[in-house]
Amino acid sequence: MQLTVWTYEGPPHVGAMRIATAMKGLHYVLHAPQGDTYADLLFTMIERRNARPPVTYTTFQARDLGGDTAEIFKTSCFDAYERFMPEAMIVGASCTAELIQDDPGGLAKALALPIPVIPLELPSYQKKENWGAAETFYRIVRELARGDGDRAARNPKSCNILGPTALGFRHRDDVLEIKRLLRALGITVNVVAPLDARPSDIARLGEAAFNVVLYPEIAEPAARYLAKTLGQPMTTIVPIGVNATRDFIREVAELAGVNPDEVLNDRQSRLPWYSASVDSTYLTGKRVFIFGDATHALAAARIAKQELGFDVVGLGTFSREFARPMREAASALGLEALITDDYLDVEKAIIDAQPELILGTQMERHIAKRLGLPCAVISAPVHVQDFPARHSPQMGFEGANVIFDTWVHPLMMGLEEHLLSMFRNDHEFHDRAAPSHLGQAPRAAEPETVQAAPSEKAPVITGWAADAEKELNKIPFFVRGKARRNTERYAAERGVPLITIETLYDAKAHFSR
Amino acid sequence: MNLPFRPSPNGSELGCTDQQTLKQRGQHEVFCGLTSIVWLHRKIENAFFLVVGSRTCAHLIQSAAGVMIFAEPRFGTAIIDERDLAGLADIDDELDSVVGRLLERRPDIELLFLVGSCPSEVIKLDLKRAAQRLSKLHMPRVRVLNYSGSGIETTFTQGEDACLSALAAEAQPEAQNASEHLIVVGALADIVEDQFRRLFSEMGIQNVTFLPAKKANAPLIIGPKTKYLLAQPFLGDTARVLEDRGAKRITAPFPLGAEGTTAWLKAAAQSFGVSEEKFASVTAAGHRRALIAMDAHRDALQGKRIFFFPDSQLEVPLARFVSEELGMRLVEVGTPYLHRAHLSEDLARLPSGTLLSEGQDVERQLDRCRAEDPDLVVCGLGLANPLEAEGMTTKWSIELVFTPIQGYDQAGDLARLFSRPLDRRTRLGGLLCN
Repeated sequence: MQLTVWTYEGPPHVGAMRIATAMKGLHYVLHAPQGDTYADLLFTMIERRNARPPVTYTTFQARDLGGDTAEIFKTSCFDAYERFMPEAMIVGASCTAELIQDDPGGLAKALALPIPVIPLELPSYQKKENWGAAETFYRIVRELARGDGDRAARNPKSCNILGPTALGFRHRDDVLEIKRLLRALGITVNVVAPLDARPSDIARLGEAAFNVVLYPEIAEPAARYLAKTLGQPMTTIVPIGVNATRDFIREVAELAGVNPDEVLNDRQSRLPWYSASVDSTYLTGKRVFIFGDATHALAAARIAKQELGFDVVGLGTFSREFARPMREAASALGLEALITDDYLDVEKAIIDAQPELILGTQMERHIAKRLGLPCAVISAPVHVQDFPARHSPQMGFEGANVIFDTWVHPLMMGLEEHLLSMFRNDHEFHDRAAPSHLGQAPRAAEPETVQAAPSEKAPVITGWAADAEKELNKIPFFVRGKARRNTERYAAERGVPLITIETLYDAKAHFSR
Repeated sequence: MNLPFRPSPNGSELGCTDQQTLKQRGQHEVFCGLTSIVWLHRKIENAFFLVVGSRTCAHLIQSAAGVMIFAEPRFGTAIIDERDLAGLADIDDELDSVVGRLLERRPDIELLFLVGSCPSEVIKLDLKRAAQRLSKLHMPRVRVLNYSGSGIETTFTQGEDACLSALAAEAQPEAQNASEHLIVVGALADIVEDQFRRLFSEMGIQNVTFLPAKKANAPLIIGPKTKYLLAQPFLGDTARVLEDRGAKRITAPFPLGAEGTTAWLKAAAQSFGVSEEKFASVTAAGHRRALIAMDAHRDALQGKRIFFFPDSQLEVPLARFVSEELGMRLVEVGTPYLHRAHLSEDLARLPSGTLLSEGQDVERQLDRCRAEDPDLVVCGLGLANPLEAEGMTTKWSIELVFTPIQGYDQAGDLARLFSRPLDRRTRLGGLLCN
């Protein structure tokens, strides 16, 4: 039993709904009690979908439990078939129905419907949403993808794009971006799935030469199956960021046997120049904390380090299935990965790491708001704001442009930072005035100093001499917290009982090495 | 039953008390009782709601509440996992330790509700016993109560009914020399509660308590001298607990709009012997303000056809309000459960022959709705955007639960909730077409 006040992922049947809702011509019959229909609003409200998810719930009640809930399932299943006439159905149970053990798969089979009916076993008390999505997609592919095509007849310059779902973080826009990239390379897209695919499209997945896996959390099991049974190789690089996009281009070019040079040399992304331009100097060494799903968090760490010159001071994910690559990536950065689905642990880690920028989910955005830190959202769980009206991909070169803007705009611009320090005694630029771009009321106190956590190694209690404190206050407020922390750490490590002006400047010299 | 024969604003007869309801079995597109935690935890200041359930329960509440806005809301879920189900972990010990950790982190909590869910009901987890055990452990600092908000037993607002029943069951008996007193039952927004309190006080009814109280440990006294007035139409079980202790219900329609509020207050006034003159002098100003505020919306709503999908059990009083006070025409009034006794006064004021439906088969109800093509559809969030995309104008019903709508000074706001979607569609004109 686990105490949960907020959860990054829903139950696995919500993952199955994300697959069903992404597809066309597929219907999901879910054995579930009244109330589980709440999941519809995720799609109709957060994603603003203009149609109900293709899901029929049995909505059984307590009085049905003594009777025949199996019969209710069969009726619902048959009625759903007759009303919606899908090309294929998936059937399964939510957490409560799992306990009553009605076997939706067996019951649906007994109806002998003239379409493929795919049973799902999604253990609600062990697994979560992304696992449920991956398992559902794998089951659908396994059941429907035909393997009888002529492998030799495949166009080597053709691929499938696997992974985008309903309720995915920018999946809609990523698909457009990757299609554009593949077109520029002369590679045709056979099927995109599950987003907008029909069961009949899944059947012809085998006509492509290889598979592009956009979101390993969702598509990896299906892609591995296709690699094994149909001999289709799969991509391993997720094209988020300029460097990753370049690697991805090389990878698909190799798989398709095309020349990548023209596409690689086409300077489509502004990120490299924007990052190199002098205004970005102030980005150097910014302390950034990263948390999200594994795909987006790993990509963010690479971009932060290689493309923006940040210092990654924290890296983690709620995707336990990807704990290993996450640990490896963190260790390469000299960090220990944070693998947790408890946002309170994440909050604590953020406070301890004292970042200057947080890249996270909507939950970290709220943590950042409380701590008065700038933040950009990089990953699901999604919020209505994650479905912007404009084209806003994360992948490909345009995705890198979007990422540059999204991450950098919450920070203070270089010139702005310089002017602020020049005019810091001006009445409009005083310490308590919050930066206008954070859109906050003037802060009562500086969060940086509030957070100045005492070093655990502190052998003596250090205090500040009055003149040192005064000198500290001459330092611009947005770096003052860092100066205070560093000085206190320096003093604590050396057992200095009272911080003087000398200590302050000793510490400055020490840390600026 | 013979009802007073009155012409309705639409010229038809009034009275829906004996009306047959349409009952269909099929998919219910409604929330479960856990959802009511969203407003209960804001209402009862020092209470924590711990759902004992699955990840689905946790996901439901955070999705329904959009809870990310709260630092750490006063609700959470003890998620049952496979170790608990397989008997590898002692589920009682697990729960005790979760509660222990929770109370350690939240020293501000004085009342803890263990809230049952579908999984906890199906595995027959005895939360009543657990509550007693934990109460013993944590009293006097924390009182532990339990109720069920499971979807197999409760629909949406029935969760509040179950919660208030648990509170009422713990009430203290009246003293021997107790005088008559009033309990207003049903969670109201603080602003509405304060308005009603002022009105009762001006009428001379001083001894008034509200259930639930803002402070969880505020004393609640119930006995034969108790008269209670329902502020919400979904409190069947709570009413039963009150009546078992001798309390008597004051029959009234629900306090929506100018007329509903007047009739509701008047029922209490008469029961407490307030004179006609006094009542009139206390309520005249509010009544007038309500009419003025509603006036701005009457033209937009008069004669418009409205269809209610079942959601909160507020549908019948809302239908009474829009038909009697704003001249709207009722196409279908769907409700998850129809409590005829508590709704008798509202039913009597509906146009005779109004189609009432109880329970739901959402697919067939959507067929009826499309065939009728009403001017305004009141429905849940799962249906609203799809229906808008089909060209219908909708009002999402959850806003009628979360917004203060009762009383004179909210009558205009309530009318506005119905007129705004129509206004919006007019403003956007043909934008969505082509």
